[in-house]
Amino acid sequence: MAFIPLTDDERSAMLRQIGVACVDDLFSDIPADFRFPTLEIEPSISELEVLRKMSGLAERNRHVRQQPTFIGAGAYDHFIPSIVNHVVARNELYTAYTPYQAEASQGTLQFMFEFQSLISDLLEMDVANSSVYDGASGLAEAVLMALRITGRDRVILAASVYPEYRQVVETYLEGRDLHVVSPAPRLEGGRIVEPSVLDLVDANTACIVVQQPSVFGDILDLTEVQKRAEEVGALFIVVTGDPVSLGLLKTPGHWGADIAVGEGQGMGVHLQYGGPWVGYMACKQKHLRQLPGRIVGQTTDDQGRRGFVLTLQAREQHIRREKATSNICTSQTLLSIAVTAYLAAMGPSGLRAAARLSHARAAEAAERVGALPGYKVLTPAPFFNEFVVAGPRAARETQTALLEHDILAGYSLDALGKEFEHCLLLCATEVNTSEQISQLTSALSVIGGAR
Amino acid sequence: MNPPELKYTSEHEWVRVDGEEAVVGITEFAQDQLGDVVYVELPSVGTRIEQNKQFGVVESVKTASDLYSPLTGVVTAVNDTLVDEPQSVNDEPYGEGWMIRVRPDNLSELEALLSAEQYADLTGD
Repeated sequence: MAFIPLTDDERSAMLRQIGVACVDDLFSDIPADFRFPTLEIEPSISELEVLRKMSGLAERNRHVRQQPTFIGAGAYDHFIPSIVNHVVARNELYTAYTPYQAEASQGTLQFMFEFQSLISDLLEMDVANSSVYDGASGLAEAVLMALRITGRDRVILAASVYPEYRQVVETYLEGRDLHVVSPAPRLEGGRIVEPSVLDLVDANTACIVVQQPSVFGDILDLTEVQKRAEEVGALFIVVTGDPVSLGLLKTPGHWGADIAVGEGQGMGVHLQYGGPWVGYMACKQKHLRQLPGRIVGQTTDDQGRRGFVLTLQAREQHIRREKATSNICTSQTLLSIAVTAYLAAMGPSGLRAAARLSHARAAEAAERVGALPGYKVLTPAPFFNEFVVAGPRAARETQTALLEHDILAGYSLDALGKEFEHCLLLCATEVNTSEQISQLTSALSVIGGAR
Repeated sequence: MNPPELKYTSEHEWVRVDGEEAVVGITEFAQDQLGDVVYVELPSVGTRIEQNKQFGVVESVKTASDLYSPLTGVVTAVNDTLVDEPQSVNDEPYGEGWMIRVRPDNLSELEALLSAEQYADLTGD
């Protein structure tokens, strides 16, 4: 778009219209001393010098391709086919700005529609919106949705849910007269115990939230929880851990989820320092009207041609203001395009292959780490691509020591309580090679023995 | 145009007393302002509702509006046909487009409502 500056004539005409002599008069309410504070900044430097300076700063960062990385816990280093970056960087699409209805091109709307279709397919859910900010806020919106639908006041968050996600939900609900029940996991006799939520459910329960794979990486049978939720008329909300696991595992739809949410980063979005990422949100058809955010529908125009349009917007913020179903009035369009391109590039068989490889690498890593003296794998159930290891040293010390071996590894579970301070959550994906696993085990062995 | 035997709220609902119960819907003026109604969200039978408090939502192609109860009482029936035929609200707001039946606690609450004539003044008809 061309930038056309004001002419002096236009400026004078506008000033005349509003009855001021000059632009400075518009600022007369601000004391003169405060209008132009002195900024103590260095004199400008040349482009070459800027480049040199910025490159120097950038080189101080470490990134995941410089050393083996075994961190998951909500952020997954999966391989991204180069077609994804190519699609996202097209100039018709490349903007951080999510266009409003009147500005959204048919191409962008079609991408959003395809994203919804792919997410619905992947989760085996009836309908999906065109993305939310991230997995954690998606979960918070799902809980709000359940509170609206049921009119009840009790929320149950299982121990399987990421502690950060639980925190975001609690923040969203703060100040409302609600009961959030969030049983903490325990460590008993060297075993991780995730307390059952079945006994916590009552007739006031709006929803039960579970995560699969869980924060400990394990895969749980969700049959009983779903049954219990249905019995009391509570909604069953399933958060997915690593979304690539959906290539292999039973889906939220299969488990009977009323609402399914999660973080889409693992599917084509770079780690990028923890954000921006992209959340997804899907539900059963009967709850569609309470699904917040933007939803794109397919329609025909007055000449019978296929077209796409934002739909079911009457309850959203730009129309209903403070009575809207949520305060989401946007989506993560660019990143949802990356997810769409990723899923299209991978296809069902590609996603399954990535999931199988991730699992195989993690199984190899678990076996080899578990065989080291002083280390024990604690994940209680079959796992996908993450597992908990209790080591001889505190998890945070182990992490720091691994960094000295040029390995970025693990997520300390000490946020779950002091008893977990020796527990490190390790993750492996298809990008980790057997050689990298060898590096990890040698380093852990040295660190464990150095005591 | 607004049936004279009904009572009205300033939020554009009507109420018709029918024996021990009362029938509630939205007015001709309301449906005209909303445009094509696409969805009506109503409380379930047995729900207690209060005069001047929200009991549901009516959604049209251009907006969604809260429904306010003309009386305090218990919902005894809900017009389920609106799920599949929300356009009844546009076609026959005082007939097939009714929304809920209520068993009112106290019919004297009707006195606080508007007559057809007062309602017509409000809407400028």
